[in-house]
Amino acid sequence: MSETKIKIRNLHKSFGKKVVLDGVDLDIAKGESLVVIGGSGTGKSVLIKCIQGLLTPETGSILVDDKEVVGIDEQEKEELHSKMGMLFQGGALFDSLLVWENVAFDMLENKKEDKKKAKSEAVRVLRSVGLAPDVADLSPSELSGGMQKRVGLARAIASRPEIIFFDEPTTGLDPIMSDVINDLIIESVKGLGATALTITHDMASARKIADKIAMLYHGKIIWQGTVKEMDKTDNPYVRQFINGCSCGPIKVEV
Amino acid sequence: MFLTGIENFLRRQGKPLVAFVSRLGEFSTFVAQAVYNCLTPPFYGRNLLRQILDMGFYSLPVVGLTTIFAGMVIALQSYSGFMRFGAEGAVASVVLISVTRELAPVLSALMVAGRIGAAMAAEIGTMRVTEQIDALTTLSTNPFKYLVTPRIWAGLIVMPVLVLIGDVIGIFGGYVVGVYKLGFNPANYVNSTLQNLQSIDITTGLVKAAVFGFIISLMGCYNGYKSKGGAQGVGTATTNAVVSASILILIFNYVITELFFSK
Repeated sequence: MSETKIKIRNLHKSFGKKVVLDGVDLDIAKGESLVVIGGSGTGKSVLIKCIQGLLTPETGSILVDDKEVVGIDEQEKEELHSKMGMLFQGGALFDSLLVWENVAFDMLENKKEDKKKAKSEAVRVLRSVGLAPDVADLSPSELSGGMQKRVGLARAIASRPEIIFFDEPTTGLDPIMSDVINDLIIESVKGLGATALTITHDMASARKIADKIAMLYHGKIIWQGTVKEMDKTDNPYVRQFINGCSCGPIKVEV
Repeated sequence: MFLTGIENFLRRQGKPLVAFVSRLGEFSTFVAQAVYNCLTPPFYGRNLLRQILDMGFYSLPVVGLTTIFAGMVIALQSYSGFMRFGAEGAVASVVLISVTRELAPVLSALMVAGRIGAAMAAEIGTMRVTEQIDALTTLSTNPFKYLVTPRIWAGLIVMPVLVLIGDVIGIFGGYVVGVYKLGFNPANYVNSTLQNLQSIDITTGLVKAAVFGFIISLMGCYNGYKSKGGAQGVGTATTNAVVSASILILIFNYVITELFFSK
């Protein structure tokens, strides 16, 4: 039996009266790539933020490497983050820094590495995501959406994390660029031997990246399985979601 | 009937009151966090230098223009006022006291609040709504230490220096009007200024400047850090940063003056 890297039990999170996570149970095995699918506003991003300690759930437990994450102090959070990387939906690149400084941020600010060494390492990581060395000296605002995603990916993997989170990695990209990003994600995750948690509603991306898929609906994980199992499932919620049909049990709140 | 009216009134007032108390609590926690983080490592020296440059060096023209005209106006006004009592000779000392104790610290602080407080709120607010602050956290960096602490230290260090420069420029403005427009003897004007120069005047101004610097950075960072809701939220944060800092500057100006000069 494979070792569990992240174990979530009975996770609840609300904002005011709006219940976002309503008893989420989820296991992610070490080295596994799990994709959480679900409609907009179903709490996928909240789930990732709870695991990272950016949001505090009301109740429930999140174990990372068998260590409780909920309620840990700042020092422990920093230790936790040192083994995590994240690709944000909008890139979240620091616009006051150059591209290479974004990628080498951890090396420069936390590990206090030599600037020259950090830059050459940043250029190497940028190359691994298909970006030419001359991009390193540009500002993030000078890059296209696809390039920003690549730089975000480079920053996420630069510290060689054990766990990588991908928040809507292909949103806003054309299908070809989406596929390029998907390939890079697979290469990076497999190359590092990392555990990956991706949230998306792009089914093409989910099929390509996932070892396992879980569906979040009304604050609960209502189904999980492999891509093959997903294609065969008769779960009406999953069927409606993968077919992208407005008729079915999932009602869009307008 | 009467009791129901009171109950309804209290119910109506309750919600904003709870919101106010909650906001006050949030602000107090932010101030405590800011002070704690200012005193504990790690410190980000490069960020501090950048802030000192932004807040100090690039504010020099604004502060210089503000204080020179303030000094010039005070010289004109005091001359026309004191002429009624035949006390024109006091113009130099009035310029000195007005500029060092009040005009340089207060006007410089209001100008810097408009220039830098707004920029801080806008920059941090944009970082908040574009998830850059979350990104800092995921990169094992405490965003409070990386963003807020250098700005608070910069405010505390830079404002007294700016005010000291503003003092010199403001007094020079008074000298220009006194000598070239009102016909004072240059040597007499300078002598009068130097004879009336007391350390308490400069000290008060510098203490005020440090407190104002802290207020400007604190309000800029607080409003930016807590902003939400996209571009509109950042706009609101920017306005709130300038308005709240300006009001607090005027309130603390009175409080500090009272502490130094009340008998």
